[in-house]
Amino acid sequence: MNTMRTKTAKQNAITYGIVIIGFLIMQIISATGHMSSSLSGLLIPFCYYVILAVSLNLVVGILGELSLGHAGFMCVGAFSSVFFTKCMENVITNSLVRFIIALIIGALVAAVFGILIGIPVLRLKGDYLAIVTLAFGEIIKNLVNVLFIGKDSHGLHFSMKDTLSLGMEPDGQVIVNGPQGITGIPKDSTFVIGVVLVLITLFIVLRLINSRDGRAIQSIRDNRIAAESIGINVTKYKLMAFSVSAGLAGIGGALYAHNLSTLSATPKNFGYNMSIMILVYVVLGGIGNIRGSVIAPIVLNLVLDYFLRKLQMLGSNPVLQFLSDNRMLVYAIVLIVIMLFSWSPKMIEWRERVFHKNAKEEA
Amino acid sequence: MSFLNYLISGISLGSVYAIIALGYTMVYGIAKMLNFAHGDVIMVGAYVVFYSTAAGMPAIPAVLLSVVICTVLGMVIEAVAYRPLRSAASPLAVLITAIGVSYLLQNLALLFWSSNTKSFTSVVKIPALKVAGLNISGETMVTILACIVIVVGLTLFINKTKPGQAMLAVSEDKGAAQLMGINVNATIALTFAIGSGLAAIAGVLLCSAYPSLTPYTGSMPGIKAFVAAVFGGIGSIPGAMIGGILLGIIEIFGKAYISSQMADAIVFAVLIVVLLVKPTGLLGKQIQEKV
Amino acid sequence: MAMLEVKNLGISFGGLRAVNGFHVTIEKNQLYGLIGPNGAGKTTVFNLLTGVYKPDAGSILLDGKDITGESDIEISKAGIARTFQNIRLFSKMSVLDNVKVGMHNHHEYSALAGIFHTPKYKKEEALMDEKAMELLKVFDLADMAETNAANLPYGKQRRLEIARALATDPKLLLLDEPAAGMNPKETGELMDMIRFVRDEFDMTILLIEHDMKLVSGICEKLTMLNFGEVLAEGTTSEVLNNPQVITAYLGE
Repeated sequence: MNTMRTKTAKQNAITYGIVIIGFLIMQIISATGHMSSSLSGLLIPFCYYVILAVSLNLVVGILGELSLGHAGFMCVGAFSSVFFTKCMENVITNSLVRFIIALIIGALVAAVFGILIGIPVLRLKGDYLAIVTLAFGEIIKNLVNVLFIGKDSHGLHFSMKDTLSLGMEPDGQVIVNGPQGITGIPKDSTFVIGVVLVLITLFIVLRLINSRDGRAIQSIRDNRIAAESIGINVTKYKLMAFSVSAGLAGIGGALYAHNLSTLSATPKNFGYNMSIMILVYVVLGGIGNIRGSVIAPIVLNLVLDYFLRKLQMLGSNPVLQFLSDNRMLVYAIVLIVIMLFSWSPKMIEWRERVFHKNAKEEA
Repeated sequence: MSFLNYLISGISLGSVYAIIALGYTMVYGIAKMLNFAHGDVIMVGAYVVFYSTAAGMPAIPAVLLSVVICTVLGMVIEAVAYRPLRSAASPLAVLITAIGVSYLLQNLALLFWSSNTKSFTSVVKIPALKVAGLNISGETMVTILACIVIVVGLTLFINKTKPGQAMLAVSEDKGAAQLMGINVNATIALTFAIGSGLAAIAGVLLCSAYPSLTPYTGSMPGIKAFVAAVFGGIGSIPGAMIGGILLGIIEIFGKAYISSQMADAIVFAVLIVVLLVKPTGLLGKQIQEKV
Repeated sequence: MAMLEVKNLGISFGGLRAVNGFHVTIEKNQLYGLIGPNGAGKTTVFNLLTGVYKPDAGSILLDGKDITGESDIEISKAGIARTFQNIRLFSKMSVLDNVKVGMHNHHEYSALAGIFHTPKYKKEEALMDEKAMELLKVFDLADMAETNAANLPYGKQRRLEIARALATDPKLLLLDEPAAGMNPKETGELMDMIRFVRDEFDMTILLIEHDMKLVSGICEKLTMLNFGEVLAEGTTSEVLNNPQVITAYLGE
């Protein structure tokens, strides 16, 4: 029975292909001197948004649980990886090697958090699980803001109050400075590394979905009671999906953090707003549709951030000017319209009538 | 400040959360959705009062105007953005749309009223009460009183009036309610109307006590009130009140005795602990799944 | 040794004793029927046997092994499989995958093996594909292997549920109202299929059913349940001719 396996392999190859082609297109644009500074500033964000969306889709679309705290795992990955980088700044001077280790650390720490949080959380039902994941995301963000870590000749010092309480030698160095976070981060993230990480993320997620464990995870989504009746260990697989998702989010966070010179936890980057934005990418790209999670963040960011600005620069059109100045407003309206258009049963009916595209199959 | 002062502060803040939580819990129980935009309706309510009083309108008409506008706003949102998705394939659809509405309200507010923090003048003109060494502000008294009145009124409404009973029926079994001749659409519209009207009041009370107002002012209280609703048992009116007040007390005590930066984290941590012990919240109902 | 030996099984919900003193002995390869009016507790008995509920009294021996109080996962591994009154398929998964999930505990490889496509992965997947397709052919579902389970017509969905249950390689198969929603022709085909399953798969089958044509057609022995207790047991004709049984079904 190989036709199904080959079909899936082909579909997955297309997904990888989209990423590689996208990468090549960007390289061509850059090499021919057409790369604007605003577009080049979006390249690495494309990568981590895709990683975050794909990893969230593993929980929302494949496991079937609503997680609203994804940004929390991104935060954990960001801080743990950057902390390592700063500590090893003068010890491992090869930035690529150091960054790779930092990425692995970010992923592992985030995955561990995924397990720790998952154990109590995953036995809650639907909306309760959602609000608890949101709560955890906020707690993580909050905790990081009161974290002070310094290093001196005696080793590491921790405090939850301020830098003075660290009790360090005068030549000690503060690495994590509470709400001010971590400064002086070397810019180790590159577009190439980002694309490689995207491909690795896809590799892990797509292969997992099409394996025995992936089928177990999906069976839990589709019918938990039936899954239990055929001997699936629901707790184990929920935790597996959750921690893999968290670990990958940690990689996204590490990529994000090493693209900045200063890393601090604000409501904007690690709060529920970020978690929600990633969820929006997942829903727009298609719940359970991994390729959609690759395309949606890129299209949304390209259209909103980039094209509107470009269009507005081409000619001073007051309408375009207004749209460009109020991008988030446009985003909100577009989001509502797209949701109504794609998900409203009445709309779906109307579309089928008008376009005859999805003629109902004979039973 | 003393323990009692903090307690009263906590009850007052909690009362605001309770009023907001009522809106969440009613909509969740009856329309089975998480109205993410609820917090932002609060913000709109506060802005309406701000601009009306700045234009010279006295406090009470301004508040009434705000209630009317928010009620209409809530009903329009429900009819345009939520009703079409009520029977969508996934419950996530209406959740995401609610997020879109939330962003829409915030950004419209940014557009019309800018991001400059407005200094809200309290609508409460009652002087503070000095008793037993405590200084209880007028805002605190009005807030707590308002909460009690609203919860009692709402409970009476649900139990003693036909529309209220209809709301109860729809929350238990929408299909059966419809078959009994209840107009489900109208009932849900009414739910949103009440919830949004309450949101306006909550916004006014919130900003009277904590006078800084921006387009994002409603967001975090909205989330916290939702936490309170879940904490108390989502779908339960007394649960929303208890959840809200407890949450307010925990937040104020957390700020006072542990750390003001960690206060939010403490609130969320308490929620998690409660849900782990009682997965459907303090007063929530256990729904048995039929095998 | 009997395949299933149940003694004095019971459970209460709240103040209600849903099942009390339930007992049954089912020999290997028997086709055994569990009948009774609605609400008698038949599905509850199934839930007790499969570990969905833990009994507060009594014992269950499967092929000599004591499985009383075990979890549903352990019982599935021990060899009891079931279908449900309201079909519970994995709706977004393909027909083939529905069956392959059933083989989860019999063909194992680690997540890492699944990600890196190790030789063990390839071997186990190939075995699962082969066995699953064979099973689908038996149930005349092979041509729909790649279809989503949700898109199958009702009759085929029921068959798929049985195929998935058999994929767990059980010793005892519990069928909960397999003829529900079927017309007489389909019921006849179902009867043939159940007999076929018993013969081809060396299976012992316990079924809950209201359709008396099916019950009298294939069941060799029956237990009648009423208000959670055993009202009558014995051969099919004994039980169906028992006046108490007739009264319980038809009322005074």
